[in-house]
Amino acid sequence: MTRLGTMLVAAAVASALGVVAAQHQSRKLHAEYEREQARAHQLEVEWGQLQLEQSTWASPVRIEAVARERLGLTEPEPGRILAVGGDS
Amino acid sequence: MTSRNSVTFNHNPLLERGLQGWRARTVLGLMLLGSLVLVARAAWLQGVNHDMLKAEGEQRYARVVPVPATRGRITDRHGDVLAVSSPVRAIWASPRELRLMPADARRLAALLNMDVEALNRQITSERDRVYLQRQVSPEVARRIAELGLPGVHQDPAYRRFYPGGEMSAHLLGFTNIDERGIDGIELAYDEVLRGEPGARRVIRDNRGQIIEDVELLRAPRDGQDVTLSVDNQIQFVAYSALRQAIRENAAAAGSVVVLDVRSGEVLALVNAPTYNPNNRAGLSGAQLRNRALTDVYEPGSTMKPFIGALAIEAGRVTPDTIVETDPGRMNIGRATISDVRRHGMLSVAEVIQKSSNVGTVKIAMQFQPREMWSLFDRLGFGRPLQVTFPGNAGGVLRAADSWKPIEQATMAYGHGISTTLMHMARAYLAFARDGELLPISLTRQEVAPRPVGQVFSPQTARAMRTILETAAGPDGTGPQARVAGYRVAGKTGTAHKLEGGRYTDKYVSSFVGFAPASDPRIVVAVMIDEPTAGKHFGGAVAAPVFARVTEGALRALGVAPDAPLVPLHLAGRRPPQEQM
Repeated sequence: MTRLGTMLVAAAVASALGVVAAQHQSRKLHAEYEREQARAHQLEVEWGQLQLEQSTWASPVRIEAVARERLGLTEPEPGRILAVGGDS
Repeated sequence: MTSRNSVTFNHNPLLERGLQGWRARTVLGLMLLGSLVLVARAAWLQGVNHDMLKAEGEQRYARVVPVPATRGRITDRHGDVLAVSSPVRAIWASPRELRLMPADARRLAALLNMDVEALNRQITSERDRVYLQRQVSPEVARRIAELGLPGVHQDPAYRRFYPGGEMSAHLLGFTNIDERGIDGIELAYDEVLRGEPGARRVIRDNRGQIIEDVELLRAPRDGQDVTLSVDNQIQFVAYSALRQAIRENAAAAGSVVVLDVRSGEVLALVNAPTYNPNNRAGLSGAQLRNRALTDVYEPGSTMKPFIGALAIEAGRVTPDTIVETDPGRMNIGRATISDVRRHGMLSVAEVIQKSSNVGTVKIAMQFQPREMWSLFDRLGFGRPLQVTFPGNAGGVLRAADSWKPIEQATMAYGHGISTTLMHMARAYLAFARDGELLPISLTRQEVAPRPVGQVFSPQTARAMRTILETAAGPDGTGPQARVAGYRVAGKTGTAHKLEGGRYTDKYVSSFVGFAPASDPRIVVAVMIDEPTAGKHFGGAVAAPVFARVTEGALRALGVAPDAPLVPLHLAGRRPPQEQM
């Protein structure tokens, strides 16, 4: 009888400790999850900023200016274009 | 004196009597009872009535604050960003705790780019919270934070940026300071783009500063992205061609629309005058209007091919049927319709090619008003387009039974009927697509939509394509529409402007066409309002814009040339006279 009681008490204590440990673990994971979500959001924002920067650099107005002025490019004369492939 | 000293205090009889035991016990009992009451009260507050107190306490320091969600991006069909929200800071002050030294005030005002006096006026307000500036770049916000001024706070916020600037301003529209769509796509797709702000519980001190972040109640739901059908490259080509034409012709306004023939998607939509959506100070209504979708105009001769196609479709004429246009004028009732010059005998094809008013009217008058009305109605004139865009107009098409003969006649060459440039471009799909029409879309379509209605038979549409190719050829009215390497087809239009019920000497020059003529891929519609630099015929004003846009668009789409790539010797040749 006493042995069974001792065992039950031990089991109850072990289970209680388990609950504490599990709760702690869950809080830790939750905090981590929230951190990661915040980071994902942050990265999303950064991605938007980079896209903004990219489209500013790649704006057709700028490309044309660089091509014409800095690189000295011009549109080819129609006579100098050779179409390859296609069946037309 | 000794007898007087007989009273001794240590023998007070009162003191000699012992205190009754119950008195001490009563006092002790009362004290015990008092402390028991206190313990019970404490137990009641701590244990039983705990929640109410906790709630009361929280009310005093805990707050639920919104977590801003980002607004979705708007991209072109290839994913290039046209509108994006980027984080900024809102700078606010609480006047009660603000103690600004004059030097600090000057520095703050300089960083915020505002007047010191204006700043001082704002911070003397009675309110708890005064916004100094709502949209401050992160860089400036960091430098303000470094000043370490008490009572100056920052909140995260977002601001909308449009990297394309004025190029796509009318299409995209803009948002207000709270990131709600106000115009254009931003308004039309506000529900999709708009995010759902989240909420978090925080603990604030008595000055409103957040000191602890307790929990996230609801995560913010970011807005979804919207992918438009426009191609940024074609948009740029259209914009620069239009801007150049407006400058050269000293015109009041203009629009260009490019449609994909296969899907009905809008590949480009530009208007002038325009504005910079990133800096909207001092805007006028004229700059804001998306003319191609919201403004109606009388299309003029670009209407003639529909009349020709109606007659061919009905079997009344063939493209080779001869029509007498001499003497270049004809009377209907008391009104006279005239051509710019005499053409003599013309075939139906040549009537379109040379844009003869008299010839077109003669063809049109073979029909009942009802038949012409039905054609216009099937082409979509007079009804708003099924497109999600604020303020898209339908134009005016009056009921057929109210038409007088002169009205029927003028409608045949595009006067007395008004429509938007987008309607016109869409109607030309009927020629470019073997007679069918498609619904127009401003967003990218994954699958081509189902055609809506067969306006002409494929034979008629093909016949009209051939005629329109000659109209854009050396002997037509729009040879300047030609493009090296591609066969193009299209029709010029020059309409007198109606002002106060009378036709004036102001013009709307237009050109609507498609290319390549052998297997059309795009429809391009150009409209230039009030050219004042000498030229006003559609063939001289709008056709060159068509050529530049078509060439650039076909190149951007990678369409194989269907004509030999030889230079067009346009220089030094006068375009032939053109009719209305």
